[in-house]
Amino acid sequence: MTDVSAQGPLPLSLLTKDARMNRRNSAETRFRFYGLAAIGLSLATLVFMLWTIFSDGVSAFFQAKITMPISLSAELLDPQGNRNRAEMTKVTTVGYNKLLAQAFAAELAARGIDTAGLKASEITALISKDAAGDLRASVLANPTMVGTTIDVELLAAGRVDGYFKGRVTRETAERDNQISPAQLDLVDRMDEAGLLQSGWNWSFLTNPDASDQRPEAAGLGVAILGSLYLMILVALMCVPVGVAASIYLEEFAPKNRWTDLIEVNISNLAAVPSIVYGILGLAIFINFMGFPQSSSLVGALVISLMTLPTIIIASRAAIRAVPPSIRDAALGVGASKMQTVFHHVLPLAAPGILTGTILGLATALGETAPLLLIGMVAFVDNYPSAPPDGFLDPATALPVQVYGWAQRADPAFIERSSGAIIVLLAFLVVMNVAAILLRRRFERRW
Amino acid sequence: MDDMRIVERTVQSQKSKISAKGVQVYYGTTHALKDVDVEVLENTVTAFIGPSGCGKSTFLRCLNRMNDTIPSCRVEGEIRLDGENIYDPRVDPVQLRAKVGMVFQKPNPFPKSIYDNVAYGPKIHGLSRTKAELDHVVETSLKKAALWNEVKDRLTAPGTGLSGGQQQRLCIARAIATSPEVLLMDEPCSALDPIATAQVEELIDDLRKSFSVVIVTHSMQQAARVSQRTAFFHLGNLVEYGETGQVFTNPEDPRTESYISGRIG
Ligand SMILES: Nc1ncnc2c1ncn2[C@@H]1O[C@H](COP(=O)(O)OP(=O)(O)OP(=O)(O)O)[C@@H](O)[C@H]1O
Ligand SMILES: [Mg+2]
Repeated sequence: MTDVSAQGPLPLSLLTKDARMNRRNSAETRFRFYGLAAIGLSLATLVFMLWTIFSDGVSAFFQAKITMPISLSAELLDPQGNRNRAEMTKVTTVGYNKLLAQAFAAELAARGIDTAGLKASEITALISKDAAGDLRASVLANPTMVGTTIDVELLAAGRVDGYFKGRVTRETAERDNQISPAQLDLVDRMDEAGLLQSGWNWSFLTNPDASDQRPEAAGLGVAILGSLYLMILVALMCVPVGVAASIYLEEFAPKNRWTDLIEVNISNLAAVPSIVYGILGLAIFINFMGFPQSSSLVGALVISLMTLPTIIIASRAAIRAVPPSIRDAALGVGASKMQTVFHHVLPLAAPGILTGTILGLATALGETAPLLLIGMVAFVDNYPSAPPDGFLDPATALPVQVYGWAQRADPAFIERSSGAIIVLLAFLVVMNVAAILLRRRFERRW
Repeated sequence: MDDMRIVERTVQSQKSKISAKGVQVYYGTTHALKDVDVEVLENTVTAFIGPSGCGKSTFLRCLNRMNDTIPSCRVEGEIRLDGENIYDPRVDPVQLRAKVGMVFQKPNPFPKSIYDNVAYGPKIHGLSRTKAELDHVVETSLKKAALWNEVKDRLTAPGTGLSGGQQQRLCIARAIATSPEVLLMDEPCSALDPIATAQVEELIDDLRKSFSVVIVTHSMQQAARVSQRTAFFHLGNLVEYGETGQVFTNPEDPRTESYISGRIG
């Protein structure tokens, strides 16, 4: 950095390097090394982070399942015998549980699997508590199945799943009141007999959240849908407002104290901690305006408030980067200000605006704190309905789901939490790739 | 200065097209133009000459109110186009610029196709009703700007992909496509080779039949060749303004003389 001051004599030959030249070269080498080291360090951190997340989370996409035939006995499920849906709803999950227990015991006996020393309740405990509800829902959806025998795939209990993933061992089972080593022995025998297998688990992506006792049934369905609703609403609210505001500020607004003040305010708003927006949203949208708590609409309003400054700043930068000569050219042939902006400036600024917007939305996707405050962290196991009504239904979002699961006691939820992070990262990668592709697609030289 | 042939073309019209009186221009606190009076005559080529930074471009930009786009710029005095004050609050500068076209000092084609560059003005002003008419306008404008032969096979290629000189001629074509009444050209030939320069000069002479042309140039020869009237600016002052022949052969002000003979500037 000090290589211009002192005046040395010029070297005599171009073939020999003088001391100054050597010093300059070594400074450059050192600088390159620092740069490489910095990049190496950040890459290593990234790899380490991804490695921990993936090693914890990939297993969430796989799940131990029990496949067996069940005969849907008509006298149990449809006592009236007329396949009337309304009548059949009177049979609760307790009834279905009984059916499952019978079918499971029968299947074990049929395969000659030894269950000696285990109580009936200990045997049925190997099936997820969610299975009965699942079965009931599918029977009610299709009452004609009653009376037939169907092959079903039932979720195994969370501990059984954990045993397959190495999370549960015989030592932990000793201390665990949900599973015993004897039950694990049975699991081994079932595995040998092919009754139990671990497979790809779509329901992790489609199921709603589940209670503490049923980690195996917990899924991201509601969270993904909620995040999707959030993104749609945020994009709908932020992009038009943000782009219009930045066009106005860059192209039309007079440069005076007011616009300076607005500019400073926008930069400051972009730096306000997101939790503050959450408190604001709670006070204004829920308490004052009375929007429904936990709804994606309120979440989107709050997130829009904090994404808007980012989008405005990015869009203004993109608009400002359009060379003024283009504006002169358009004005010079008699285009109005509006025509200049929409025919020339905006198309040129579009890649920058798009990239800024998508990156802003990506940040919004990962935003957690304000959503916690407006109640989107609540346990939601009903899917929100289709838009636009669904925007008012309670929902949750991916990052909040990560947070929620990470807080649960059962280690099975930690795995789910990492799995949710993987889904969140996948969303972000898709968005960033979209930003890059759009940029390439729209980029033009001038 | 031997090759400086003063054209024998005399000013045919004495009718004033643009008349500027007492024009003062300030950029913030910088006083860039001091009390300039200029009459631009109809069907005449007027050349602005003077050393760099003397305010030629500034004055040119006053004539179609392009200075409005510079927030710090303030224009005082009176400029009349056909007797109407163009700085009257009722005047819409957009309408003015359709009448007073401009070619900028630096070529600035739109990052669009060559065709769209030329067609843009006629399109927004609704000058041609059909595609065929528009094609015709594009073709004649490009021909007048001496660019047609080079680009006729690639009208859809981006205008920014042309060479600097070609870009400048594209900008000229774009400006004349809207058939303005006055054409302001800020050093249109500074990036052109002698052949293209000769073509543009021919164009300027041709345009004179229908419009007034104002041209800023650093080439004394060019001013002498194409213009009928010449204005010499120096440090924001209009030093001398008159018939080109008069200014070049018999300048009244010693500063003009020394600039023309190469002693200042
Ligand atoms: N946008 C601007 N803001 C502030 N000052 C300006 C601006 N444009 C021009 N000036 C000043 O006004 C004076 C005249 O500039 P102008 O561009 O008119 O010169 P010019 O005669 O066209 O020079 P050249 O022959 O180099 O193009 C210069 O001193 C310049 O610094
Ligand atoms: Mg200039």
